[in-house]
Amino acid sequence: MTVLNPNEKLDIESILTDLENYRPKRRGWTWREASGAIQAGPFTFRDCSTPLKNSVALPSAKYFNGIDPQSKNSITTEIASGRFEDDIRRMRMAAWHGADHIMVIRTAGQSHYDGLIEGTPQGIGGVPITRKQVRAHRKALDLIEEEVGRPINYHSYVSGVAGPEIAVMFAEEGVNGAHQDPQYNVLYRGINMVRSFVDACEAKTVMAWSGMAQIDGAHNANATAREAWKVTPELMVQHAINTRMSERVGIAPQNICLSTVPPTAPPAPSMYLDLPYAVALRDLFDKYRMRAQMNTKYMEASTREATVTHTLNLLISQLTRVDIQSTITPDEGRNVPWHIYNVEACDTAKQAFVGMDGLMDLVALKDDGVLRNKAREIKERAILFMEEMLEIGGYFEAVQEGYFVDSGYFPGQNGDGISREIQGGIAAGTVFERDEDYFAPVTAHFGHNNVTQYDPEATDNPASLINGSTFEKPEKTIYVDELDETDNVSVRLAESAPYRMSSSIKPESEWAGDGVILLTLFFPVDARTAAAAAIEMATRMGLEEPEVINREVMHPAEGTRIELKGKVPFAIDAETLSIPPEPEIISDDELRSAIDKCPMRIVAGTVGEDEHSVGLREIIDIKHGGIEKYGIECHYLGTSVPLEKLIDAAIELDADAILASTIISHDDIHYSNMRKLHDLATEKGVRDKLAILAGGTQVTPKIAEEMGVDAGFGRGTNGAHVATFLVQNRRQKSEPEYRRN
Amino acid sequence: MKRKDEFEKRRSHLASLSNDELQARFWELTDMVVDPLLELGRKNTTPSIERSVLLRMGFSSIEALAIVEGVLDRGLMGKGAGHVVFKLAKSEGMGIRDAGLELANGKLWDRAIGLFSKVKS
Repeated sequence: MTVLNPNEKLDIESILTDLENYRPKRRGWTWREASGAIQAGPFTFRDCSTPLKNSVALPSAKYFNGIDPQSKNSITTEIASGRFEDDIRRMRMAAWHGADHIMVIRTAGQSHYDGLIEGTPQGIGGVPITRKQVRAHRKALDLIEEEVGRPINYHSYVSGVAGPEIAVMFAEEGVNGAHQDPQYNVLYRGINMVRSFVDACEAKTVMAWSGMAQIDGAHNANATAREAWKVTPELMVQHAINTRMSERVGIAPQNICLSTVPPTAPPAPSMYLDLPYAVALRDLFDKYRMRAQMNTKYMEASTREATVTHTLNLLISQLTRVDIQSTITPDEGRNVPWHIYNVEACDTAKQAFVGMDGLMDLVALKDDGVLRNKAREIKERAILFMEEMLEIGGYFEAVQEGYFVDSGYFPGQNGDGISREIQGGIAAGTVFERDEDYFAPVTAHFGHNNVTQYDPEATDNPASLINGSTFEKPEKTIYVDELDETDNVSVRLAESAPYRMSSSIKPESEWAGDGVILLTLFFPVDARTAAAAAIEMATRMGLEEPEVINREVMHPAEGTRIELKGKVPFAIDAETLSIPPEPEIISDDELRSAIDKCPMRIVAGTVGEDEHSVGLREIIDIKHGGIEKYGIECHYLGTSVPLEKLIDAAIELDADAILASTIISHDDIHYSNMRKLHDLATEKGVRDKLAILAGGTQVTPKIAEEMGVDAGFGRGTNGAHVATFLVQNRRQKSEPEYRRN
Repeated sequence: MKRKDEFEKRRSHLASLSNDELQARFWELTDMVVDPLLELGRKNTTPSIERSVLLRMGFSSIEALAIVEGVLDRGLMGKGAGHVVFKLAKSEGMGIRDAGLELANGKLWDRAIGLFSKVKS
């Protein structure tokens, strides 16, 4: 497979073929290309980047010539299904929705694995990051980026006790970005702090050589601290330590990214608390990049609530500065994220940024008052933290004394911080002093390296002593395939093959053939009864493993909204489906010519007690590409038009057709109105002459026809569909009285 | 440690600093915190660093693991695992990869140890 076809599924087996010989196209991070003002459809965009070759636009793009503007900052999607082979398809979907930074979450426990994992075992809450898995992902992304027409950055984690080895493997495999922050090891993974910092120096040196973007781990303090908005001074300190260390090791400032999160979420007054922090951070770290994460701390199972919080986070990004916008899937509060929610999160970011395009040309943050005072206060508190850390002996001592992730607003302290022993933790006692003759004949090695003992001229290029390391000679890299005969991708692909390679299809949330579906419903009872009723209902529907994943009280007694997931125990054979043919659309030229040769007149109106007018105007109005543009003479009677009036007008005007719009659908009033129209026209003796077309958002064409009208039109209809029907219908009738000339 | 928020009392020495001065102070302090951490990195090594060196020399993760185990067992970490392979290859007239594979298979260690005068236990 060398080029992807947008109409064909990506062939996972071909990605895995000949993987041992695959080499990545490039290394290092690629930022989006901002190219000043961009014209798209009828609009000028000020903050957007080069559009994609292939993409899926936002649903409402259909009103604006299908435009799909892309923000100037990178957009991340985080993928964590446990099966890397299924993640490949999700990456492709996310890329089509605007993601150009694919972050792959590691399996639980990998940070404590002392060495590289090889092969492709299944993961939990993420995938085991291995050379084979990384290479397969990068190979797939090399194809996907060609398909969408924009470089895609691939990212995972250089942390845990094997940081330097993972960094080397990433550099060899063309991984473009990584989390690297020794403080993460220390505070959240219980790994010995001395080991973590010594390892970090080497890992960062390798990342610098490779041009990877580095993201720190400070955002975890937000997610861990009891009151996240109080750790803001400490966050500045954490960012500073990792940032400065990285820069001094050799990573270019433009590749050093702070991982920053707005600390609160509604119903806290989040903008008032989060914005001064965001401003202070961008002031202090002005030469580094901002990777804006979304809040995960105050997140429940409601995807709607999460999406609103995330949108407020995006507003902060727009009001301040963002280089990489991370997205959190709105379902993260209830399950390991599903395909559709990765896409939804990408769309949320794209939608918000495009909607806020040019905002800072219109508004500015105040230069004084509470915003700047609060920002200054956070900076001063951070300096007090730093001063005290030095007073008590430095970073290690401060960690040991529990200064970090304390829920007090520093210098306040609550005594609930995370404390680690300097000599304790995982991999304690594994740091060894280098002798004077210590030597390592490789590129991108940090610290003392006595190259001179072998060749004084090789000090700038120690790898020359072995005729090049893998960084200069990729062919020296040793590829390990599988180590486990039963836990590997080939076994899993064989199991899922029926759902990928035949006409047998199943619903899917994260893995091929998983059969998982989501139902949203309302029970008019209290929450506990509703949850129990939902399980009973799902069981009777035949769903396996039903589970309520969200319940929201509409009223304590009147009812509860339930979201429930379960597994469909059967597959559907796509070949046995009866799929209605795509509606045929006659070309604009042919339609114009048909009307030109034989003019046509219609009357139109919204029938019944219904004041909706937009849909019908779209179908008729020349401004919206409606049927007027083909030369059809339209008489629009307005809204709430009595059925009889519509028929009488058609008779009076000697019209060819009636276009009835019916939006209100309570008690199927829309369908009964269609029946009445048909009956009235029959009574008045004009039914054969008059074509009757009915349309509306809740109209199903087949049911409309059963009600006696000639055609029904549902959501997504446009003028061309209606004009095509009118012309074809007339051709079918081809009665002499229709030939007016 | 529990302590009340004494910000107003403790900030007195910062109150008169301009924003630029505040910024400079912040980064000056950061460098003071980071200096000793970088120094640790310059002077020390770890099993993961040594395995990462061997990866770059063209060994698999499995081979690198075995070689570094051998280096740890024989007190040669201060020399560098890559160094042990390099020196053995030179002295035996072997290729780098062949020398490393011998060590990974538990062979030639006596000769490797003999190449280094001062070995820490």
